[in-house]
Amino acid sequence: MASPTPPPDPAPPPAPAPETAAGHGPWPVLEMEAVAVPALRRPGHCVLEEVNWSVAAGDFWAIGGLHSSGKSDFLAVAAGILPPARGVFKAFGARPPAGFEPARVAAQLRIGVVFQGGHLLQHLSVADNITLPIRYHRDCRRPECAARLAALLDLTAMTSWAASHPGHLPPSLRQRAGLARALALDPEVLLLDNPLSGLDPLETAWWLEMLARLDAGHPFRTHQPLTLVVTADDLRPWHPHARQFAVLRQRRFVPLPSPPPPDPEILNRELHAPCHSKI
Amino acid sequence: MRRAARAARKVSLTRLERRPKFAAVKESSARMAPSPGLQAIRRAVRWPGGLEYAGRQSLRFLETLHGLLSFAFISLGVLLVKWNTARAVVRPLIVTHVHRAGLELLPMVVVVAVVLGLVVIGQTVALMSQVGANALLGTIMVTVVVRELGPLLSALVVLARSGMTHVIELGTARALGEIEALEVMGIDPIHYMVVPRILGMALGILALSVYFILVSLGSGYLWAFLQDVPLTPGDYLRQLGEALDGLDFFLLALKTCAFGFIIALVSCYHGLARPLRLEEVPRIAIRATVHSVIGCVLLDGLLILCYLAL
Repeated sequence: MASPTPPPDPAPPPAPAPETAAGHGPWPVLEMEAVAVPALRRPGHCVLEEVNWSVAAGDFWAIGGLHSSGKSDFLAVAAGILPPARGVFKAFGARPPAGFEPARVAAQLRIGVVFQGGHLLQHLSVADNITLPIRYHRDCRRPECAARLAALLDLTAMTSWAASHPGHLPPSLRQRAGLARALALDPEVLLLDNPLSGLDPLETAWWLEMLARLDAGHPFRTHQPLTLVVTADDLRPWHPHARQFAVLRQRRFVPLPSPPPPDPEILNRELHAPCHSKI
Repeated sequence: MRRAARAARKVSLTRLERRPKFAAVKESSARMAPSPGLQAIRRAVRWPGGLEYAGRQSLRFLETLHGLLSFAFISLGVLLVKWNTARAVVRPLIVTHVHRAGLELLPMVVVVAVVLGLVVIGQTVALMSQVGANALLGTIMVTVVVRELGPLLSALVVLARSGMTHVIELGTARALGEIEALEVMGIDPIHYMVVPRILGMALGILALSVYFILVSLGSGYLWAFLQDVPLTPGDYLRQLGEALDGLDFFLLALKTCAFGFIIALVSCYHGLARPLRLEEVPRIAIRATVHSVIGCVLLDGLLILCYLAL
């Protein structure tokens, strides 16, 4: 479905994943130390406690959790838009400053987020939604980012929907538009909140294939691999794609051993297992 | 027997009252009687939840006032600091909001202005004819329409049409997660959503007030002409010119822009300040309207006091 045509107006390629001084592996791009995750919609309430997590450049994390386990809140903290109630969160080795200081915005633009359902701005067309971050941060008019828009629409197979408003799109396509918008400024890390929720098998296959190609290095990104973190209700579809797994249960973040077990059913059982169980 | 016992008790009480010590105790207890304020508080306490209700309302009022003032300072800061940021995105939004709060409401404002001009002059002619003071028509129009009703009615029309729309739009945007979407794109929601509305509404109300005043003055003279008031257009314009001074123009601009600022700020604050559920949006819209009306009327009163003091 997705066209592999390279964009005519590519953004500057991202810097390669930095290696540690000792050369043992890439720097962690996201880190959480003893973080308490607050609820995005319930101020003063924590949904997860004592989260210790580190994402290295090039990782592909799949994080499972049942309904109301705090997946969206967890991603909001990882995206830097929700400060942790306690603990330390670092993005690219530094604690993100509060507000919209230039340093924070610069770090923010290195992380793309695809919300469940897209969270598109209802008063803008699909094309304007996708180009909004480009026009805002590069202060350019619509014609100046037309080539980039065409490439993003082509990547997500949304060209025929460009002039439509989000209310006229099927929910699955809203999420695709959200993916195009998240990739507009060429981020280094992509966080996806439950991207397979409510999709038909065809659409599920499109998303799995697209994320696998982004993980491996899509021609759209000049073959640069993208660090991916997805949350899911069901870990089975991610079994052949993701390399790191974790589950959110009983208000705890529980990383699962890597590599994952050969049977995806075992992974899914961890969603319901008591906190002390291990594969 | 009983009568005799009652009489004896009465006598003994009377004797007791005559004693100096008893009189001193009685006087001190009278002094310690609760004041009317304390009595009102005691009554409120007896009324189930009365004091608690008053306390809650007071705290809520203070909390809202604190939030509104903080929001106002933050918005002003963003407006000044990011004046030149993302002009290609924000300036078209300002134009859109000027259009929504100004041009789209022009027909409605013209109708209200025509009616107001007729009403004010109609009433004035009826009264002034009795005392032969028709020469004051222009002065009255300036006092009533230019200084007071023109800006206030324009602001209320904009509040009814655009202020409510802002609360509903922003409340829905917040409930649908659009604010989080802006934040992950590194876009300050205040800069993208609040600043264009503040500027659009301030400029829209200023423009509408000017049209409102011009139409009211014109319709007022038309009514006077139809009533055969002996007033030539030249005399009418001369009266208007004499009644107006530079301060009127300054205060008109200040007042209308301040009304726009208050309405936009209150509607944006209620729409954005805290996470909303969709079912809360209508209730919040009503609260924002009430707060906007109170804010505009208080500001109007304050400016009248300033004007009179000057």
